[in-house]
Order: sequence, then structure tokens, then C-alpha cells
Amino acid sequence: MTDYNFAYLDEQTKRMIRRAILKGLAIPGYQVPFASREMPMPYGWGTGGVQVSAAVLTPEDRFKVIDQGADDTTNAVSIRTFFERTAGVKTTTKTTDASVIQTRHRIPEEPLTEGQILVYQVPIPEPLRFLEPRESETRKMHSLEEYGLMHVKLYEDISRHGHIATSYAYPVKVEGHYVMDPSPIPKFDNPKLGDMAAIQLFGAGREQRIYALPPYTEVVSLDFDDHPFEASKADHPCGLCGAEDSYLDEVIVDDAGGRMFVCSDTDYCEARQAAGHRGKDAA
Amino acid sequence: MIDLSNVSKTFNLHNQGGAVIEVLSNVSLSVAAGECVALTGASGAGKSTLMRMIYGNYLTHSGEIRIGGVDLVQAEPRDVITLRREVLGYVSQFLRVVPRVPTLEVVAEPLRALGASVETAEARARALLSQLNISEPLWHLSPTTFSGGEQQRVNIARRFAHAYPAMLLDEPTASLDAANRDVVLTLIEEAKARGAAIIGIFHDEAARRRVCDREIDVSRFATGMAA
Amino acid sequence: MTPLLSVQGITKRYGAHIGCADVSFDLYPGEVMGIVGESGSGKSTLLNCMAGHLTPDAGEVVFDTRAEGPRDTVRMSEPERRMLSRTDWAFVHQHARDGLRMGVSAGGNVGERLMAVGARRYGDIRDKASDWLERVEIDAARIDDRPTTFSGGMQQRLQIARNLVTGPRLVFMDEPTGGLDVSVQARLLDLLRGLVRDMGLSAIIVTHDLAVVRLLADRLMVMKSGHVVEAGLTDQVLDDPQHAYSQLLVSSVLQV
Repeated sequence: MTDYNFAYLDEQTKRMIRRAILKGLAIPGYQVPFASREMPMPYGWGTGGVQVSAAVLTPEDRFKVIDQGADDTTNAVSIRTFFERTAGVKTTTKTTDASVIQTRHRIPEEPLTEGQILVYQVPIPEPLRFLEPRESETRKMHSLEEYGLMHVKLYEDISRHGHIATSYAYPVKVEGHYVMDPSPIPKFDNPKLGDMAAIQLFGAGREQRIYALPPYTEVVSLDFDDHPFEASKADHPCGLCGAEDSYLDEVIVDDAGGRMFVCSDTDYCEARQAAGHRGKDAA
Repeated sequence: MIDLSNVSKTFNLHNQGGAVIEVLSNVSLSVAAGECVALTGASGAGKSTLMRMIYGNYLTHSGEIRIGGVDLVQAEPRDVITLRREVLGYVSQFLRVVPRVPTLEVVAEPLRALGASVETAEARARALLSQLNISEPLWHLSPTTFSGGEQQRVNIARRFAHAYPAMLLDEPTASLDAANRDVVLTLIEEAKARGAAIIGIFHDEAARRRVCDREIDVSRFATGMAA
Repeated sequence: MTPLLSVQGITKRYGAHIGCADVSFDLYPGEVMGIVGESGSGKSTLLNCMAGHLTPDAGEVVFDTRAEGPRDTVRMSEPERRMLSRTDWAFVHQHARDGLRMGVSAGGNVGERLMAVGARRYGDIRDKASDWLERVEIDAARIDDRPTTFSGGMQQRLQIARNLVTGPRLVFMDEPTGGLDVSVQARLLDLLRGLVRDMGLSAIIVTHDLAVVRLLADRLMVMKSGHVVEAGLTDQVLDDPQHAYSQLLVSSVLQV
């Protein structure tokens, strides 16, 4: 057993965070301020996500952490280990087996189901931030649904690049009211945000904000009539499992500029390979 | 058309020892449509003051100034503005315009303000500018750099662009050569012929004899303390 | 005729200090009113009270709205008032950088108000933005340049385009020509005059420059220590000022 309280945080803090989560679920897309704690890791390493996970974990949960889709990167491994040690919960890399999944910058390919919770690590929760730096003003804009500025951002994109070049952290409108930053997930994942069976929780530690999407929430990606939203991905099949429908990472494989495209969701890719699917680069 | 009754004017100069200067008292006069009346009297008798009171840029404290039925003394600013746009034209001695606006636009402006199209207004402006011998290359320059005589002609063209039923002319022929003087006097005769009521100040006696039907000596309204 | 704006007894205090006191007037469609006075006379306070940037301690600012006729904007809900200031009202700041988004292209600056009221066709927004840049005499080829690359006069013209693109009926201007070179001022004045005439705009212009009001304003209010000391036709107030302070103000202008 450990010397820490279950899941590291003290019970009062967890209650405070749960209240923020419940408020967030009640007002989908609204950024709820919370008293973010110092965590034993630097800001930017998922302190917001970790606090949200700590507040929702129960001893019966099975916990999974992905970083850009992968279960085996430093960040994912250390957060998984953190909760193994402080909460003693079981962990897994399988999307289907997990009850709580903490993620940085991806939504798993495998559709999530009712009863699962997806916890996002969020660096900057305010989608209006780069256009309107005054927090007092952005709050007012949210409450009055003054979102012309969001389209100014997309307009600037098109005027500069000929198309909407925003490819991650693509802004969405939730239930016809709040415009929300979905954290830096690729816009390929945007369509999965809406109508999802699982609960989605977003934690921003440094910025001290929590927001949420309850199951089956309407989420629409912003766009123009003549420049509609498109969920794009690299136009290749996965080199390892041959999947045509998954989000791909481009990997440089040798010093001669050779490269391959592989699923960013490692669990999805491994499951497909185990089922006998093979891509052209599979060993 | 233009009717003044018992109009008086005093200036109260608060910053110059509170001096109160009574310039005109009990002015009554009437100008009918198609008539041109000259205001005469020695310099300082109050001719220009009276003219400005009739135009409304000097405030009148008592009496009535009726132009086309509107009493300027009581009228709201917006009524005065409408009156000036539609009924009452004033050729002042000095041209006052926004710098850099081309002459053609300056002259066309009164018609544009009445809702005329750019084409109509500029066609009329061109005709008047040629008639007043402003050479065409100057039309696209701002009149602010023109000579005194040229500015005066632009000023006249601008005020004759619209056929005002009532007109005030302050020395319209001063600083003009014989040919242009003749053009201006012809314009005044044409305005009379179409029924405009005109009040003018002309130091040029020959001009006065040619266009004016009668003279009113302003000195008889002066109070002896004229500014 | 219904006034477009009817201001009744506007008073604003800053503690014991009076910002403006008991100001009332009516502004009719198509009228341009100038408010002059020295620094600290309360003219900017009054303008900000009318435009909804400050809440007056007393008084009404009744605007003739398109949908519901005359409404007191002071007591209107904030969303309604903000909607008004994005559609039927415009506010031109003295410093263009207060009224522009300096990090957003010229086209984006002009398009913002359109997008704020629901424009969702990029092509249309862009066409309208280029059209407005031309109208304020900015080369449409600079549509994708940021205002930081513009001269002071161009920035001010861009601010005007950004404000007028949604076809407002009332424009508030706070020293619109302040801080610009004299030659640039003249160009801007001419532009404003043309826009006011062609769009049938009503405008309230706060300035300390009497030449500006003579050229732009039909009517004039002279303010001193928060009070209106004289009001009337612009040329009447300037040529024949009645109040001691107005006389001082007019006689203090340097003749060129």
C-alpha cells in the first residue's frame, strides 16, 4: 500500500474538482474555473488531466493513458505508473478494457461506449485567446454568444492559405451555444466529439479550467458555407495494419529519407495486426 | 419671399469687458419673388451683419425673419439646415471648403446634397464653371490654391448650381474682371427672371444699377454704436 | 418625425467630480452633431455614456431601433446593447489601434462585423471587404496585410470601413482626426463627409478642433466643466457665439 491518499489528491480537493466536473457536465462546453493544485510534474505535462483523472478514479477502475495515440511514450508511461502507485488501480493499454482513459491530443479510433470516461489534457482552454487577450472580454463573449471573432480566425486562415489550415485544436460549437477548444486533437478526430457515448472531460491545470461534454452532446465544427469543415488525414493506408480509416503518423525510417505511415493509435493498430491484418511495410 | 419685421441685433462681448454693442434695431423689410434688393450704407453700417442674420449664422434675438414661410428666429437647427439646402442660397465673400476636394465636386455638392445623381450634378457644375471661365484643367484641382478671383467664381458657380428661390449675395462681383463680372450679373438676372428673391451687397455701383430694383440704406436701422 | 437619438438628462459623476451634467438633445436622421470643449470638459464622458461604454448615473439615451421603435439603451439588457453596437451603431476611436485588431488582416478587420451578425460565406465577406477598402481609398490589393503595416491615416480609414460595413445608422466619433497630419486630416474629413451624405448617416463627433466641426457638423454643442453652455447651428455658434466660454473658445483659434 502507499503513503498517499487514494489517487494522490486529498479528499477535499477531489470534491472540489468533482463539483467543477458536474458543473461542466451540466453546462456543456462552459469553462468552469477550479483551484488547480500543484502536481508532482511540470505544467504542460498533463497536470489538468491528472487532477481530473484523480477525481473520477475509483478502486474498481481500469486506467489507460495515451499520448498522441500511443500507450508507450514517456508521458503516457509515467502517468500510468503514477496512478498505479498512488491509486493502486489496474491499468491497461486496450481501449475496450479501460473505464477511464486519459489522453493527450487524440481520441481513440475504437468507438467509446457508455460508462467510459475520456479525460483530455488541455494546454489552453480559451478558443478566443489569441484574438482577444482580455479574459474579462472573452467571458462576456461566451455568455452573450458573440462568436464572430472565431470566424475571423478561420477567415484569416483561408485568406493566407487558400483553405482552412487549422489542422488541430479546431474550434467547435457545443449544443448551439458555447464555442469550445477541443484541445490539440487533430481535426480528423473532431467528428468523434459529437454524439459520443462516453463522458468527455477536459482539464487545463495551468489555466485552472475544467469543461466537459456529457454523452451524446451535439458538437459542430465551425466553418464557412463555401469552405466547409473537412476531417483530413494523410492519404495512405497504415503501413503496419493496412487500416484505411485511422489517423496516421508519418515516421522517418532511415537516413535516406525513407518514411512510412502508421496508425497513431497503437492499441488500434496492434489489435488489427493480431486479427491478421497486414500493411505493406509490416515485417 | 423674404420678410423681416422688427429685427434687432446686439453683440455681447463677454471677454472684452462685457461690452454690449447694439448694431441694428427694428429692421423691417420685404423682398418679393423676382426682385433684387441692394443693401447700402457706409462700411460698418451693418450690411453684412444683417445678411448673416438672414442666413442664420448670426443669432437674432427679437423680431421675425420669414423666408418661404419659415421663421428663422424660431426655427430648429434642422429646419434651418433644410431651408439652406432647398430654399436659401448664400454667396459669401470667401470660399470655405474641405481642402483637397476637386473644384468640380465642390460646385456639384449643393445638388448632390439635394439628392441629384453624380452625373446630373457634375454636368451642371461643368456648365457653370465654363460659363464663369474657370479653365478645365483647374476643375480637378482643389480651389484652395486658386487666386482670389478664381475662388470667388467657384463660390458663385457653387451657389448658382441649384435654383434657390431666395438668395443672399455678399459682394458677388468684387475682385472680378469685366468679362466675368458680366457673366455673374447675367446669372443674377436669370435668377430674377425665374423668380428668385435676392438681397445683395454691391459696392460696384454700375452692377447695382443693372440688377437691383431698389436699395435699402441699412444706416437708418443703425443705432450709432455700430461695430 | 421621430428623433433617431433622444438624449435626456444624462449625468455622470466620478465621485465628487462631475463628468457631465444633465445633458439633453435630440438628433434626427441624417444630422451630424459636433461636441466641442477643452480637455476635461466632459465631452468624451458624454460620448461614452451615449455609446454604452459608461453607465450614466441618471438620464436616458433613447434610440429609434429598427425592430421596436424608440428604446432606452441605458436600461436595455447588455446583449441587446452590444448587438446594437455591432449593427446600427458604430464607434470610431481616436486611436485606430483601439478600434482595430492589429494582429488580424485588413480584410478580417472589415469582415468581423459581418461575421458577428452571421455572414458565413467566405467569398461574400471578402467581396464586401474589398469593396469597403476601395470606398475608404485603400488599395484592395492590401486586403491581406495587417494594419501594423499601414500609415496612421490608412489605419483610421480602415477603422471607418470596419465600422460602416454593416450599414449602421448612427456613428459615434471620438476625435476622429486627432493625431493625424493636417493633409491626412483633410482627406479623412472629405471621406467622412461623403459617407455621411451617401449613406444618410447620423453622427456625433467629439473633437476640440473647431475646423473639423465647421466642415462636418450641422449642429454644435459647446461643453464646459460637464455642462452644455451653448448649442445651435454650427456656423451660428462659431460665427456669433453667445456664451462667454464659446466666445473665448472661438477667439482662441489661430488664424492661418
